[in-house]
Amino acid sequence: MDQPILTTTPPLLTARGLHKTYGPISAVNGVDLEVYPGETIGIVGESGSGKSTILRLLNLEEPPDAGDYALAIPAWAERNLFELNRYERRMLRVHHIGIVYQNPHMGLRMRATSGGNVAERLIMAGERSYATLRASARASLAVSEFPLDRVDDIPARLSGGMQQRVQLAKAIALRPALLLLDEPTTGLDVSVQALVIDTLLRLRREQPIATIIVSHDLGVIRTLADRVLVMRHGVVVERGLTDQILEDPQHPYTQQLVHAKL
Amino acid sequence: MKLTQLAHQRTDYSYAFLDAFAKRELRRRILKAIAIPGYQVPYASRELPIARGWGTGGLQVTLAAVSPADTVKVIDQGADDSVNAANLRRFIARMTGVNTTTDTLAASVIQSRHRIPEERLREGQLLVLQVPDPEPLRRVQSDTSQAREMHADADYAQMWLSLYEQLVRFGRFMQGASYPVIVHGRYLMSPSPIPRWDTPALHQSPHLTILSAGREKRLYAVPPYTDVRPIEFSDVFFQVEDQTGRVCVITGARNKFMDELPVADGTSLFRISDTGYVAKLTQHARSEIAAIGATYYDEAGQFYQPGVLKSVDDQKLPR
Amino acid sequence: MPLLTVQNFNKTFAIHALEREVGAFADVNFTLHPGELLLVRGPNGVGKSTLLRCLYRTYLPSGGQAYYQSAAGMIDLANAADVDITQLRRSEIGNVSQFLRPRPRVSARELVMEPLLQAGVSSETACEQAEEWLGAFGVKAAIWSAYPTTFSGGEQQKVNLARALIAPRRLVLLDEPSASLDAGARAALRDRIITLKARGVAMIAVFHHAEDIAGLVDNVIELALP
Repeated sequence: MDQPILTTTPPLLTARGLHKTYGPISAVNGVDLEVYPGETIGIVGESGSGKSTILRLLNLEEPPDAGDYALAIPAWAERNLFELNRYERRMLRVHHIGIVYQNPHMGLRMRATSGGNVAERLIMAGERSYATLRASARASLAVSEFPLDRVDDIPARLSGGMQQRVQLAKAIALRPALLLLDEPTTGLDVSVQALVIDTLLRLRREQPIATIIVSHDLGVIRTLADRVLVMRHGVVVERGLTDQILEDPQHPYTQQLVHAKL
Repeated sequence: MKLTQLAHQRTDYSYAFLDAFAKRELRRRILKAIAIPGYQVPYASRELPIARGWGTGGLQVTLAAVSPADTVKVIDQGADDSVNAANLRRFIARMTGVNTTTDTLAASVIQSRHRIPEERLREGQLLVLQVPDPEPLRRVQSDTSQAREMHADADYAQMWLSLYEQLVRFGRFMQGASYPVIVHGRYLMSPSPIPRWDTPALHQSPHLTILSAGREKRLYAVPPYTDVRPIEFSDVFFQVEDQTGRVCVITGARNKFMDELPVADGTSLFRISDTGYVAKLTQHARSEIAAIGATYYDEAGQFYQPGVLKSVDDQKLPR
Repeated sequence: MPLLTVQNFNKTFAIHALEREVGAFADVNFTLHPGELLLVRGPNGVGKSTLLRCLYRTYLPSGGQAYYQSAAGMIDLANAADVDITQLRRSEIGNVSQFLRPRPRVSARELVMEPLLQAGVSSETACEQAEEWLGAFGVKAAIWSAYPTTFSGGEQQKVNLARALIAPRRLVLLDEPSASLDAGARAALRDRIITLKARGVAMIAVFHHAEDIAGLVDNVIELALP
């Protein structure tokens, strides 16, 4: 495969040599990754493949054992993000990275209102006007296609799909450069999954954000991702365009994975 | 020069009840607290002949800080004559030989539970506030180690989130006493359970305030001329208790912080909570000489520093 | 100046589970100019669809080159970086597959509007054009707001065609586009192809009903079974 020649913008995200072990288990074992502005990368693999660990590393939740990580954002461009101190890390995460977890309890305060959950992100970025907090939270929830008449309901009272919409609204509230989705529709009813995926597609069209979506559901990946990385035992065994990976997989493991699922 | 000239006269008991090591530790912790406004300094809280919860924190600060030249006033909810205030005052006087007073202007040290006097304190005066719970983050983060990390990171977003939630649910800020403030633009602090009425008095004050919690073993300070700002939104403001229509049944004065006295028929009478101030007003009314100090709030209820308290009329509570 | 020059193009599938290799096509060579329609012919199973998919990079070619003259320069589709292919697919190279992938809760109109919205066209204009295309293919106005998940195969294919052809492209790959269409729609497709050719759009097609494009074909490739 040649280097890009038509795509002249450099990648937004560059990660090289990611390694992470938990005791004797090597969860991520030398992974390189690039995400270009506006594109969606899917990471597929079975449980234990290391895909969720990669997201945790890219979200700066845990330090890697080795690796470089850079985002082409002004003021952060030349830094290896794994070397940031705790204040810088928090600033970066608040302003430039949004994440949606599979389990809404990890990403939301279940007893604060939905609007409050989104507003908190803005408060962390320094917003102190109540009117602005209300308006911006509403706007973000509207983009996530969350019903605005429920903006003052707490997530504990919402359905799974709605909870994911609140997470999404919170993640995109500050227009981050990078959006991380960790199995965002897993566990939802099938019909609800379709609705959430639809929202993500609409969002991708209206506000292209560099996105990494982790899923074991190939249908979700096919609908949302431009390119796919296939992971197994902490290593990327194959990468390519989504339709190519799903219809003409080269690696034996990918062939097994694809033919088992479709 | 002989050693006897340099050293204190030998006494049978330690001055101010606490031993020299205790006093030294307290003084060092107090200095540290003054050096980092609003930061909770842990200290080894000593046993005293009163139980925890009765003012041991404040008492330790007062005992460590006074010398025989000081004049001490002790109040409890504004009253000099409450049992607790009286006991503390008597103990301090016995242990230190200081003069005591009910006159705010004459005191060099004022130890108080849950109130700041109505007359303005000046440079050189020390206000010691008794604190039950020093941690302003307690309600949003019950885990102390997490709370300490939040203080270290100045990660106070959850406080503004709780303000947001209060506006959504109740239409107003719900915190009464102990209204959280940001000191010197950095640390979030609980000003102890003083009413909101008293919170602005800490802002850019000429006096030094030390707050101490004996059971929790933390003390913190607001140095003179330090910013103390209650948390609020830029478009929804902190407000003090509304004293409109309240007249002190003893003095007839208005726009001071009042205690409410329920009457048998269901109505209420009001009485200014600061008994020292009430005493001066009644003396003055009897044409006796009483040096009444300038107060934080004037007769019309205006705070003495303009711009510190913002009018409700300037705020709009949006949908 | 040729738009596409294909040399020694070949494809072999390696099926690891069966430990077998299956050859699809070999030694394909041709050139294509703007406005030309290239027809790919051959018996069933010979690899016609596979050839188109290799050009679109849905399949990875096993060897050879496909030099494409994009708006930004010459690029070998067979070996181009994934991100470049994504960009070309978004703006220059179109693909008409045999099947529509309908999505729940997305109307026929919206599906056809999407490529235009993606290209930054305003919602009103996209809507107008989408309705024009749907109408041209004989999709009744009453079902433009309906969800194609409920349509028949033929109706879905009309939506598919409209969606694939609506946004301007320089090269379009058509894989059995008319297989499930009624006569009216097939005629409409022929009209559209004529218009596209006149605009300089190059096309490579596999056509079940070769008579639909009679007189429009500029070149033919015959694939033969090995």
